[in-house]
Amino acid sequence: MTTTYEHNVVLKSGDDKFKVIGTRPIRHDGADKVTGRALYGADFQTAGLLHGKILRSPHAHARIKSIDTSAAEKLPGVRAVVTAKDMPQTTGDVSMGEAGAQNVAFLRGNVLASGKALYKGHAVAAVAATSPHIAEEAIGLIKVDYEVLPAALTAPEAMKKGASILHSDLKMTEFGQKTNQVNNIATHFQHKKGDVEKGFKEADVVIEREFTTQTVHQGYIEPHNVAALWNQDGRLLIWCSTQGSFFVRNATAKVLDLPESQIRVTPMEIGGGFGGKINVYLEPVAALLSKKAGHRHVKMVMTRQEVFEGTGPTPGSYMKVKIGAKKNGKIVAAQSYLAFEAGAFPGSPVGAAAMCVFAPYDIANGLIDGYDVLVNKPKTAAYRAPGATHAAFAVETIVDEIAEKLKIDPLELRLMNAAKEGVRRVDGPVFPRIGCVEVLEAMKNHPHYKAPIKGKNVARGVAIGFWFNVGLQSSCTIAVNPDGTVNLTEGSTDIGGTRASLAMQAAEVLGIRAEDVHPTVVDTDSIGFTAVTGGSRVAFATGWAAYEAAQDVVKQMTARAAKIWGVEADSVEMVDGVFRSKTDTELKLSFKDLSEQLNDTGGPVIGRATVDPQGVGGSFAGNIVDVEVDPETGKTQVLRFTVVQDAGKAVHPSYVEGQMQGGSVQGIGWGLNEEYFYGSSGQMANPTFLDYRMPTTLDLPMIDTVIVEVANPGHPYGVRGVGEAPIVPPPAALANAVGHAVGVRMTKLPMSPGTIMEAVWQSKKK
Amino acid sequence: MAVVFIPSLMQNLTKGQSKVVVPGKMVREIINNLDAQYPGMKDRLVDKFRIRSNINVAIDGEITPMGLLGEVKEDSEVHFLPAIGGGALRQTG
Repeated sequence: MTTTYEHNVVLKSGDDKFKVIGTRPIRHDGADKVTGRALYGADFQTAGLLHGKILRSPHAHARIKSIDTSAAEKLPGVRAVVTAKDMPQTTGDVSMGEAGAQNVAFLRGNVLASGKALYKGHAVAAVAATSPHIAEEAIGLIKVDYEVLPAALTAPEAMKKGASILHSDLKMTEFGQKTNQVNNIATHFQHKKGDVEKGFKEADVVIEREFTTQTVHQGYIEPHNVAALWNQDGRLLIWCSTQGSFFVRNATAKVLDLPESQIRVTPMEIGGGFGGKINVYLEPVAALLSKKAGHRHVKMVMTRQEVFEGTGPTPGSYMKVKIGAKKNGKIVAAQSYLAFEAGAFPGSPVGAAAMCVFAPYDIANGLIDGYDVLVNKPKTAAYRAPGATHAAFAVETIVDEIAEKLKIDPLELRLMNAAKEGVRRVDGPVFPRIGCVEVLEAMKNHPHYKAPIKGKNVARGVAIGFWFNVGLQSSCTIAVNPDGTVNLTEGSTDIGGTRASLAMQAAEVLGIRAEDVHPTVVDTDSIGFTAVTGGSRVAFATGWAAYEAAQDVVKQMTARAAKIWGVEADSVEMVDGVFRSKTDTELKLSFKDLSEQLNDTGGPVIGRATVDPQGVGGSFAGNIVDVEVDPETGKTQVLRFTVVQDAGKAVHPSYVEGQMQGGSVQGIGWGLNEEYFYGSSGQMANPTFLDYRMPTTLDLPMIDTVIVEVANPGHPYGVRGVGEAPIVPPPAALANAVGHAVGVRMTKLPMSPGTIMEAVWQSKKK
Repeated sequence: MAVVFIPSLMQNLTKGQSKVVVPGKMVREIINNLDAQYPGMKDRLVDKFRIRSNINVAIDGEITPMGLLGEVKEDSEVHFLPAIGGGALRQTG
């Protein structure tokens, strides 16, 4: 008998009465995208456009003794050459306002190297010329005298006594206190809960393992790009592919020592970002070239090699995790040592990793030590739930091993220990309403988990992961058109279908169709401050701004209807898109009919809102995966993959499913294939998509999805961010599946054929 | 009064106490009062008029974007968390 089931399931919470939320309208930007009309940064064209290229360091660590640009400057067609000397030497922090700060010297030092090149691919100089070919030729004429230094390429290596020091003036910080230690450790922190030693003494089973992961890139298809014009009037205009136009404005202003108001950033369409397109790389350089070239437009587009070597991947890591449990499966103590590679400048995601490492579990005694470690690799950037995937790989492998040792079903053991509302995490905060238990139960009840495991060398793995999500500021305006449609203006780059999800949240309030809302992402001159598209925040926070702006429209139109009817505003209400008198059933106007009368009855209506919301709901995602591992070669084939995630409320289920599937596929690539191969001198050996192996549709089965809806009480529609959590559990679930298939626990990512065979051979030696 | 959880690496300033009860309606007041009881706290947490860039403040389990201006309720819990790279809030994908 064949078992049939739905590939994409939505487990709704309660009986919601939404008319638009939860439906699947066609995306507003769909036609432009599928016809190729959508404009990306590389499409930028204008008369007299110059083309910029960057000269990058061939060494992972080298002192720059001198740079001679004279030959490049003399090449016909070259209009400008810049180096770090052309940048103002401002100090202090780049204020992120809502989100802390970044040291401006580090930011500037990453944009163009000064004094030392700190990684292979570090930008050293740049040229603008009348054609990309001349620019390319010109950078070849720049002579840089390097003194090559030893490179430190992994966290343990960089932390060793005697390791080559990247920043001799950087002292390790411990929670706001600078120590006198100069040791490549930028920061050490610690979280403690209960008494971890006592907890381990009470445990019947204690498992401790060491784990390593490699540098992995986000792998967005569209390379970084920019066009800039530093105009004669002092205004700097930037067009680029970014997840945060206001961040580009802020960071560029600080690096170039300009007032923010002098910069306008226009976000072009974006071909993927996943966290990697928040930082600035090209923008200040293109601006400097523009000014030096006589206020000309300068366009720069990275090659794939530049993207790999010159932008921020997610870091490699070394982790040691120890967990103890009672015979009945109750976890009583957990400890983790997390050393994350920051790259060439401080700022790995180890802090976020520490927030997530034990988050799925209610653990009485815990200790977490985190280290942010400088290495001679590109400065790391965010990548979907930064740090959480690393941490889950380690913790979920050990939790699975405990279940195996105690002969308890792995999902039962997780359910027994699952975090829920009121549980205090090891890093301190107490959980509000969360969906960890519901996700685990949906996994347990899924046909995939109940299906028998068939075949030789075939095995199943499960894992769960957490991401906390963020809120931050968003702005939105809604202008009502005479035909009853509205124009929604916002500042969040649309990476994952957020034009649609914002339009839907406004439409729900206005009682109109999602198709009657026209969403537009605009530049930094045209909307109030809006934080980055990241942290799974846009559907939550900018969605909330759309909701509030729509409420403002309703308020104004209710007053207008009352004015037209000569009644008090509080005697009028709006229900399902119809304005009506509460007392006189004859008095009613549809949204469309009232819209038509607005201009003649007091003028147009524009709703507006800015939000800085609290009430962010974290999200849990879980995986069930079946794999077949070839015992001769170590090649792993994913046979079946299911992802379950708590979305709070799925505004547009298709786009939530897309996030779940996309995050899963990236997690699978991270788990099985992807890594920067480094030679001993810090040269990346595989900076192309031919050699940096990301999975394609030919490698994978269809990813089945289950959306679990545990409404977030902190949002008007119960929304939780969904973009990041799905990348957290896949490497862990795969490690458990592969471990069961080959009989050896996997502790290194990626689990390439070589890694698997090595692990098998090592276990046979013991 | 709010309960302030002291990061383990700062407990040398509170004589080993992991949490202390402190009055205050804003994070700024909380830190000032904390510093009055345990000198040195403010210096570790505040840089001029802002929370240090490598520290986040969580009120009742949620990181506040308001920093020193974050509102604290009578029964709130306040945590100071590491903000590597300019903020856990920045560590978003």
